[in-house]
Amino acid sequence: MITVGIDCGNQNTKAIMVIDGKIMNKALVLTEFDGKIAAEKVYNMVLANTGVKRDDVQAVVTTGAGRDMVDFSNASINEVSSAARGSRFINADANLVIDLGAEGCRAMRLNPDGRVKNYEVNDKCASGAGTFIETMARALQIKTEDMGDYSLRHKKNLPMNAQCVVFSESEVISLIHQQETVEDIAHGIHVGICNRISSLIRRVGIVDGIMLIGGPGYNKGLVQSLQDVLGKDIAVAEDSEFVSAVGAAVYAVNLV
Amino acid sequence: MIANYGFEDGSGSYYIAIDTDHCTDCKERGCLESCQNKVFEMELNDWDDEVAIIKKDYCNQLKSICAGCKPLVDRPELLPCEKACSFRSIVHTW
Amino acid sequence: MTISNVEKVEYWKWEESNWKNPDIPDCSGSLITAGVDIGSTSTQAVILADGELYAYSSIRTGSNSPNSAIDAMKWAMDGTGLSLEDLRYTVGTGYGRVNVPFADKSVTEISCHARGANMIYGPSLRTILDMGGQDCKAIHCDEVGRVTSFMMNDKCAAGTGRGMEVIANLLSVHVEDIGKMSFMIDEEPPPVSSVCVIFAKTEATNLMRAGWSKEKVLAAYCHAMALRVARLLERNGMEEDFAITGGIAKNIGVVRRIERILGVRALETEMDQQIAGALGGAMIAKELVEKKNAKKIS
Repeated sequence: MITVGIDCGNQNTKAIMVIDGKIMNKALVLTEFDGKIAAEKVYNMVLANTGVKRDDVQAVVTTGAGRDMVDFSNASINEVSSAARGSRFINADANLVIDLGAEGCRAMRLNPDGRVKNYEVNDKCASGAGTFIETMARALQIKTEDMGDYSLRHKKNLPMNAQCVVFSESEVISLIHQQETVEDIAHGIHVGICNRISSLIRRVGIVDGIMLIGGPGYNKGLVQSLQDVLGKDIAVAEDSEFVSAVGAAVYAVNLV
Repeated sequence: MIANYGFEDGSGSYYIAIDTDHCTDCKERGCLESCQNKVFEMELNDWDDEVAIIKKDYCNQLKSICAGCKPLVDRPELLPCEKACSFRSIVHTW
Repeated sequence: MTISNVEKVEYWKWEESNWKNPDIPDCSGSLITAGVDIGSTSTQAVILADGELYAYSSIRTGSNSPNSAIDAMKWAMDGTGLSLEDLRYTVGTGYGRVNVPFADKSVTEISCHARGANMIYGPSLRTILDMGGQDCKAIHCDEVGRVTSFMMNDKCAAGTGRGMEVIANLLSVHVEDIGKMSFMIDEEPPPVSSVCVIFAKTEATNLMRAGWSKEKVLAAYCHAMALRVARLLERNGMEEDFAITGGIAKNIGVVRRIERILGVRALETEMDQQIAGALGGAMIAKELVEKKNAKKIS
């Protein structure tokens, strides 16, 4: 059985092909201005990568902010549902899933059967979303990908006072002027966003079996800071950005 | 005076309102001990009356600091600080 | 690793100003009190002679708050013949209130603003909206300018001057032109839906791409800002008479829309509303001196 899940995010569009219960291929493109074109593009990429013909795909399911713009899908599911399914598919021990995207963050508590018990969302304030880290990296004049490594090399705790992307930008610039190191500032930035994300996590209730998914999952400095803030170990999937697309592809099996 | 400490951002409004007129008559000062995160403290206001305030550094982080007392399921009717104030002068807006 | 040479082109220069009361040619023998309000973007110094407004100045806050306080006070004293030693009592207020080196006491900006606005607008004033560079405050006060309730927001850039500056930079418009430009439209557009400045920026970019004029985008942003601020006022208690102080008071694009939403006209004044905090500080300074003198006599 061949299914495809497409996660139409604000920043990136991701596709996953699942064949007979196994993840076979993945693709990612920038969403840019037209989510529909991006979805078409990633879909064609996984088809080309695997040599599977369009007609042989039995179901396509979309998820993410732009999920309803795609006209070739069989169904769409919301971000909470795809994140929960994808997380449990990859990690049977996941009890609490934190989905950090470019423009939002969700915390979901899962029941033993994998269904969502309750969840809390912020997609209205950028200071608790992935875009915060990107903007701060720009202010530090380093690549977003390098934020984690800098952060892990920090020497001291440098708390950030500002709680807003706009105000934090100014604070980072003034910290640079005060000769603070990029390493310490990067760490302060991560602790700041983790404190804000923790409000969602505390409301659903902190438990063992926490899993972080979404683009910033590759950022080891962020993961370390989140572990420090929550006082719990956090599991991160290898391709954390694709977990919701996996969830959509796994859901698609039910449609066949 | 009704002092509203906290903030509003795109995600919502997060204020703790304290009616400080009652602070001068309050002997128990339950607010100080009731909060597990110790967000309250006493301060001399501009007229030299001792009143309860929220610590300055905490005001812009109340959403995360207070989250532990506000679970999505089984949230108590009165929060510990609201309950501890003998004058019921502490109210959370969220 | 450290970085140097961080430079940016920005469009947010406020005009600096100073003023001296022509009706008081000489203040020798008068009780001289002062207030200094160090805000995040601008600093004001006010000098009172026997409780009458004698001189003031308004400058941009520099990177060093104590120096800004001294600079503002020296500029206010320019041409008056006064020096720092002549100040009988000085109150520091605002964000940097503890950084006024020559102040005798620091008083919260909320108390000072209410007191100053009470003097500027008169005792019937009940509701004050103070929108500064990095914060927004709703204050309710009584007939003597004493605060009855307040609600402040300095966590989020939306609803502050800084948020407006971000949008001005995005559209390459001078912040002082925003108000006028935002009315050069055929019809009031719906407000920008995102509160968050970062998301509003994305939204504004998309609107420009969809063919909206700068004026229309500014109208939608001013509208959104007005809605947000009106909500803050209503939550804190909205009662006439009503006045707007702080830097944004000069932006009619926001002011007129707040009035429309609340159905209330903001009181007008010939005076510079930006000095409300410093003026209140100077008034409180005068009262403190009188209180002390009264104690000495009794």
